[in-house]
Amino acid sequence: MNTFLLVAATVLMVVIIIPLVRVWKGPTVFDRLLGANAMATKTIVLIAMIGYFYDRIGMFIDITLAYAALGFISSLALAKYMTAEAHPEENDD
Amino acid sequence: MIELSVTEWISVVLIVLGIGFMAIGSIGVIRLPDFYSRTHAASKTDTLGILLVIVGLMVLEGFTINMGKLSFVLLFVALANPIGSHALARAAMDSGLKPLLFRKGELDGSTTQSSTASARSKDKEAGSASKNPRSEDLS
Repeated sequence: MNTFLLVAATVLMVVIIIPLVRVWKGPTVFDRLLGANAMATKTIVLIAMIGYFYDRIGMFIDITLAYAALGFISSLALAKYMTAEAHPEENDD
Repeated sequence: MIELSVTEWISVVLIVLGIGFMAIGSIGVIRLPDFYSRTHAASKTDTLGILLVIVGLMVLEGFTINMGKLSFVLLFVALANPIGSHALARAAMDSGLKPLLFRKGELDGSTTQSSTASARSKDKEAGSASKNPRSEDLS
């Protein structure tokens, strides 16, 4: 079972690397944000799998929750920032 | 690999399915032609793939306290990932990024060029006339 998780985590690392192409050559800034968001959400699963290798799944799930919250808040903040950049006159509230 | 128990086999199937969905989502982020269609690939398949893999890890873990913490991760991902993708798509729409409505060969049928289409041949004019109401609805 540990061998299977090792192979699965290796395949998952390759899958995480793939949207980096979209971050690199995205035509707009939203494509880059979308690729970075896709990489961040997949990394949650990778961290949870690494916890099984070290047999300390409790500690790594806390890291996973913190990482998920951080990625979600940064994604929302960047989306709000891009909207405010496009319409600076509506930014009164 | 043969002497796995039943719960481990269920976990293996769930993890393989989840990684497959995430691989499809990653390929879609690269291959699709538009930002809004890439948002489909990045949000839906990623959410389903992450949920499947985390359910597989929960099955592997059994009834412990860590299963409860993994269920918190499950709930958070199921809520946060669609909200983040929706916020990103709405920010792109508010900042004026147009969706790709036609492929490159179909751009002849736009409303501004339809008055000058009389100089073209018959079949191309018929093709542009069939495209016209759709482009007026979307503009």
